[in-house]
Amino acid sequence: MTFIEYKALSPAEKAKYKISEFFSRVPGAIGAFFRAIGKFFKNLITGFITGLKGFGSRFANGDMATKVSYVIMGFGNFTRGQVGKGLLFLASEIFYFIYMTTFGSQYLKKFGTLGDVETIQVPDPVTGRMVPQYGDNSMLILLYGVLSILITVVFIALYVANTKSAYECEQSIKAGKKNLTLKEEIQDLFDSKFHVTMLSIPVLLISVFTILPLVFMICIAFTNYNKQHNPPGNLFTWVGLDTFREVFKMGDGAGKAYTFAELAKWTIVWAIFATFSNYIVGMILALMINKKSIKLKTLWRTLFVITIAVPQFVSLLLMNQMLQDDGVVNVILGYLHIPAISFFNGTKLTARITVIIINMWVGVPYTILQTSGILMNIPEDLYESARIDGATPVVQFFEITLPYMLFVTTPYLIQSFVGNINNFNVIYLLTKGGPNKDSKLYQAGETDILVTWLFKLTLDNNDYNTAAAVGILVFIVCATLSLITFNLSKSSRNEEEFS
Amino acid sequence: MIKSYKLSRTISDIVIYVILAVLGVIWVSPLVWLVLHSLRAEPGITVPYVFPKHYTLDNYIQLFKDKSTFDYPRWFLNTFVIAVFSCIISTLSILMVSYTFSRLRFKSRKTFINIGMVLGMFPGFMTMIALYYLLKAMGLIKTLPALIICYSAGAGLGFAISKGFFDTIPRALDEAATIDGATRNQIFWKIILPMSKPILVYTILTSFIGPWCDFILVRIIMGDEKKNYTVALGLQKMTEREFITNYFKQFLAGSVIVAIPITILFLKMQNYYVEGVTAGGVKG
Repeated sequence: MTFIEYKALSPAEKAKYKISEFFSRVPGAIGAFFRAIGKFFKNLITGFITGLKGFGSRFANGDMATKVSYVIMGFGNFTRGQVGKGLLFLASEIFYFIYMTTFGSQYLKKFGTLGDVETIQVPDPVTGRMVPQYGDNSMLILLYGVLSILITVVFIALYVANTKSAYECEQSIKAGKKNLTLKEEIQDLFDSKFHVTMLSIPVLLISVFTILPLVFMICIAFTNYNKQHNPPGNLFTWVGLDTFREVFKMGDGAGKAYTFAELAKWTIVWAIFATFSNYIVGMILALMINKKSIKLKTLWRTLFVITIAVPQFVSLLLMNQMLQDDGVVNVILGYLHIPAISFFNGTKLTARITVIIINMWVGVPYTILQTSGILMNIPEDLYESARIDGATPVVQFFEITLPYMLFVTTPYLIQSFVGNINNFNVIYLLTKGGPNKDSKLYQAGETDILVTWLFKLTLDNNDYNTAAAVGILVFIVCATLSLITFNLSKSSRNEEEFS
Repeated sequence: MIKSYKLSRTISDIVIYVILAVLGVIWVSPLVWLVLHSLRAEPGITVPYVFPKHYTLDNYIQLFKDKSTFDYPRWFLNTFVIAVFSCIISTLSILMVSYTFSRLRFKSRKTFINIGMVLGMFPGFMTMIALYYLLKAMGLIKTLPALIICYSAGAGLGFAISKGFFDTIPRALDEAATIDGATRNQIFWKIILPMSKPILVYTILTSFIGPWCDFILVRIIMGDEKKNYTVALGLQKMTEREFITNYFKQFLAGSVIVAIPITILFLKMQNYYVEGVTAGGVKG
């Protein structure tokens, strides 16, 4: 469609055109996502190769001091006026070797097998009773092994940076320039290298308390760490893809695979219903509150929004009590001569519907808050032309408001879809996963979603490896969805638009 | 024609008022029930009627006096301390990370952003077991600093919304300041931060409320160390089967005490919340 043709369209047609164009970009975005992953790994490999080349050529071309810094880190900086920086490099080298010799190497050595000395029972020399004599602890070997590997990676990066820095110092001296002093380097850290200062502490915290545990748990998915192999009493070891095979192996009537399939289905159904029920009801309410002729807008908004402010665990635990068989809801139903409903202990369907409805109570206020602003921005002429065509408010909602909102808030919608896949609180606090009528489910109830199952597997049943595998699978689904939308949404492409 | 148009509009307005009123009552009634029954004098978990027959403040007094099984005042203090510290650390790291990603241009910035986004998508409590052993190795298990670390260490990953907000501040401001000789450090503290009140308030608010609501990590880290519980875990403990008959009303009272300050804070800051989220989150 040419620009002129586009301009000649009526406002409603324009909007339709834009929207259809938006959705036609979806397959492209999916393709772009996989290309981006490919590109990431390609860049990683080429970066590594050029780094290696530079590493070699610097050694070949550098002078004596630069060559020495390949063994004694910081030597090149040290001899050329950058005492502070040189000392820092040297200190990191010394720290690394002390860490490795005193602590890291003993765990790295056993990383391949995760320990081979079994815990045995030996008689106590004094009392003669049998007491355990602990052998290797696979858990600690894995944890510290991963830690040592991460530290080694950081050290290698520092080491390469050291050779680079030494070579650069040499070159700048040759060119007759003076090297920066430590003071100047520190000043740089607050200006042209401010990003290093700003990111160093958060990155350090995230590395230790997010990345390290995460790498560790991903490793767990490839071991047989479970109730039967639970340190310090027992060893566990690498088993490759066995855990994943167990989760996908269909055909055994009542196993993990059956549970996984059932819960995955329910998780998707739950996420779809939870997301769209909140979205549509929230939007209708926001439209009602913001309608021009409606008075007391603040009061209405506060009535709904106040529920966001109450901590979720309070409101959900409360709901749980209110919906019990003898709870207040059934008391009210009794007044109305309606037979009592067993919300959480009855059938699977009742419990699932209850959970979705209660989730609306929790989630609709968020939608009201977040969509009010956007709803006000829908061009008024769209509605005017629709009104002239004789469209009723209901038609207007489905023909204009909903498509427009879907178009503008797709990123938000996908976010809340992912959020609902991970919506632990609502399920766990309301039903704890129950009712537990289907005995074929492994450690799960009918309203359990994958993340609550993950939680139960970890805490109640010590099936760490299955839990980790389930976590990885959930992650893959969520990450793919989010990254595709992220690439789709304007905010990523037009990042510089406001500048 | 005009008359019937007006009439149908009045009717639709009345319908809307009725719907809003009914739904409003449904939305607020659990909270009203919470407050009323926290003042109830009759014993037991549930009563076969909606409104309590006798009112008393005993439940609140018991909550603060009876420390034999549940030490509520202590939990409240614990949570407050944790919330303050983790709020400071989280806010600083979120703002630092999002400012860097939004305003500074450096090599591998995009890579950092993508890694950050991917990391944020792992189910949060997948890491809890590893976190437990890590903190145990540091000798921090069953202490308050452990929880502060848990709540604030990963905060930097939540940069998306405030980055979106910073993106909307014109870059011309930075450039003008640079020409006047300001360093990037000064630009951050003296120009960008003062202009970012909505997102600042939003970030502070969310990171302060977080510890009041979490009961999963606390449960894993504190184990049976009851004196270091936070209110969320403590109140959840009260609703467990062995305690609920005796402590249900205290649970209600405790919930009211937690909910009131948070609700007031939230209502006061509601507009900042809306401004911050819509500016940073959903951009058309």
